[in-house]
Amino acid sequence: MKPSQARASLLGFIALTIALVLGNVLAQDTVKVGVLHSLSGTMAISEVTVANATELAINEINKAGGVLGKQIEFIVEDGGSEPAVFAQKAQKLIEEDGVVTVFGGWTSASRQAMLPVFENTGNLLWYPVQFEGNECSPNIMYSGAQPNQQALPALDWAFEQGYTKFFLIGSDYVYPQTANFILNTHIADRGGEVLGEEYIPLGDTNFSSVINKVRAAEPELIFNTLNGDSNVAFFKQMEAAGYDSESLPIMSFSIAEQEAMAMGVELVAGNYAAWNYFQSLDNPANAAFIEAYKAAYGADAVITDPMIHGYIDVYLWKAAVEKAGSFDTDAVRAAAYGLVLEDTPMGTVTVDSNQSIYQTVYVGKIGDDGQFEIIWDSGEPVKPEPYDALAFPGNTCDFAN
Amino acid sequence: MDAVFIINQAFNGLSLASILLLAALGLALSFGLMRVINMAHGEMLMLGGVVAYLVQQNVPKSVSLWLALPIAFIATALLGIILEATIIRWLYGRPLDTLLATWGISLILQQAVILWQPFGVSFVTPGWLNGQISIQAGTLAGVTLPYVRIFVIILSVLVMLGLAFLLRYTRMGLYVRAVNQSRDMASALGVNTRFVDMAVFALGTGLAGLAGAALATISPITGVIGSSYIINAFLVVILGGVGSIWGALLAAVSLGFFTSFFESFYSVSYAKVIILLLVIALLQWRPKGFIVTRSRALEESA
Repeated sequence: MKPSQARASLLGFIALTIALVLGNVLAQDTVKVGVLHSLSGTMAISEVTVANATELAINEINKAGGVLGKQIEFIVEDGGSEPAVFAQKAQKLIEEDGVVTVFGGWTSASRQAMLPVFENTGNLLWYPVQFEGNECSPNIMYSGAQPNQQALPALDWAFEQGYTKFFLIGSDYVYPQTANFILNTHIADRGGEVLGEEYIPLGDTNFSSVINKVRAAEPELIFNTLNGDSNVAFFKQMEAAGYDSESLPIMSFSIAEQEAMAMGVELVAGNYAAWNYFQSLDNPANAAFIEAYKAAYGADAVITDPMIHGYIDVYLWKAAVEKAGSFDTDAVRAAAYGLVLEDTPMGTVTVDSNQSIYQTVYVGKIGDDGQFEIIWDSGEPVKPEPYDALAFPGNTCDFAN
Repeated sequence: MDAVFIINQAFNGLSLASILLLAALGLALSFGLMRVINMAHGEMLMLGGVVAYLVQQNVPKSVSLWLALPIAFIATALLGIILEATIIRWLYGRPLDTLLATWGISLILQQAVILWQPFGVSFVTPGWLNGQISIQAGTLAGVTLPYVRIFVIILSVLVMLGLAFLLRYTRMGLYVRAVNQSRDMASALGVNTRFVDMAVFALGTGLAGLAGAALATISPITGVIGSSYIINAFLVVILGGVGSIWGALLAAVSLGFFTSFFESFYSVSYAKVIILLLVIALLQWRPKGFIVTRSRALEESA
């Protein structure tokens, strides 16, 4: 071996050692989290955008130095729009990849399928979508609206506007049925009238009989919990039957910016929706988020409520971890209670000890550009109530003790 | 329940019948006459709607529907020819294999459209169809008949008559009936059965495309919308009696009116359950549907 060769191999050896050591240090300097949404199947349309917003938050945090000095390494899995796949992938993320927490889920069916996995493994799921409440697991953080943070404030608004006669229309599954059950009890309690309640199988497109029943009942406002494709058919057929947002306004709980755009804005303009976030919210954090998201995912992107929940979930987790000084599930949960995040795109949120969040409720009116004009808000952030006191008396949920 | 509600409901029954008929006629041809279980029929319907949307993007709105209907028919018929020539023709006489192959095709088409337009496309109903016959005063105030539904009813009647004429009075129709009754005999007498097969399949998919373009005026067009029509279309064909377009008409009308009747009293989901139970009961009594076609082809496959 020539001296030069010897020097070269020595240098090589040193370089390799340094690389290995550095690699080790870097590896120790990351913490793994899971992102579990449907990237294929019927739910992919909605869930991909939430996964994007979640990853955006992780990247922002990493750029700013990470969590507890560690970079976040996220592992993305595809729930495939199948509840059973969600459960299986959650198990894989927790047991094989060793993630400390998971951000994901959309449908109630997917959440309920994952619930036992998180309870059995003692891990923590951050669930970003509005849902029917009536569930309270120590292993799930429910940041989406509880019924009293979407449906009931919408009812408050309706009564304030002088509407008292309602018709409830929804897809035939757990969320619309439960939301309407709660609406029913509150409407009766406040002296209003439910003139009819109709459910349509998911994906069904024939509303002729339902619209005829609406005509016979003559309500003043429709509460709409239809999902997906059914909405287009419903609004189209209402229009064909001679109704518009003036003669019979519709308040929807599943139509956000993206849906309004896809359905054709002229079809839905003038109607209402209630959410905890609208893209049109005027605050610096929202402006910054919209800009960052569009830079990453295209200028045509629209921003919706579940995306913002997916986004702030990561920041809530980061704040809780830093407060706890640990990634341990129980320490993070305990640290989360009472945690306040100011200046998020949806305003100030506070984590309640029932693992849902205090959040402001807005009612928006769909404008001709597909954006919502905010016409009402709840003022204060509303306390989340997983079990509605009127509809499900006697159930409470509080993990503070 | 008042007269207005009943009149509206009767109209809804007629409207539903016309939708079912339009969705099922193409299937009645390919399944009924050729024993091909075309699971991609719903996707042909969806593609007809997509074509209608594409036409609308490129021509003035006022004429878009008139252009969309024939163009959707031609485009899906051409696709039918391609499918028949490349896949279906190898699977004649193997109904289960055609079922699997066409199901695969339907999944590919669904996902392709979802990749292209994840939220679906929206066909804007032209202005002259935006409205309704509406009785404002008198005892019948509240009777409302939307123009789009009337349009679909008229279209389905025209398509039905056109198809009946084609099968009954044209040479092509004669060939189709001959092949249906006895393929070997027709072939021996000089009928080009290969051509007849391809033409019937293309006509079936073309009719589905036409239906899709028309239904785009009342329903959404998304990648998966085909699956919400395919079950009902098969129901119509089986209930009507395999091989008979008049049976399909009878089945569509009965299903339309009975669905709308039960939906007056029960929710849509319960009405569906009742209808399915009735269909099952009826098939116990008449296993071959309303109108039984006697043909050798049927006996061979039975």
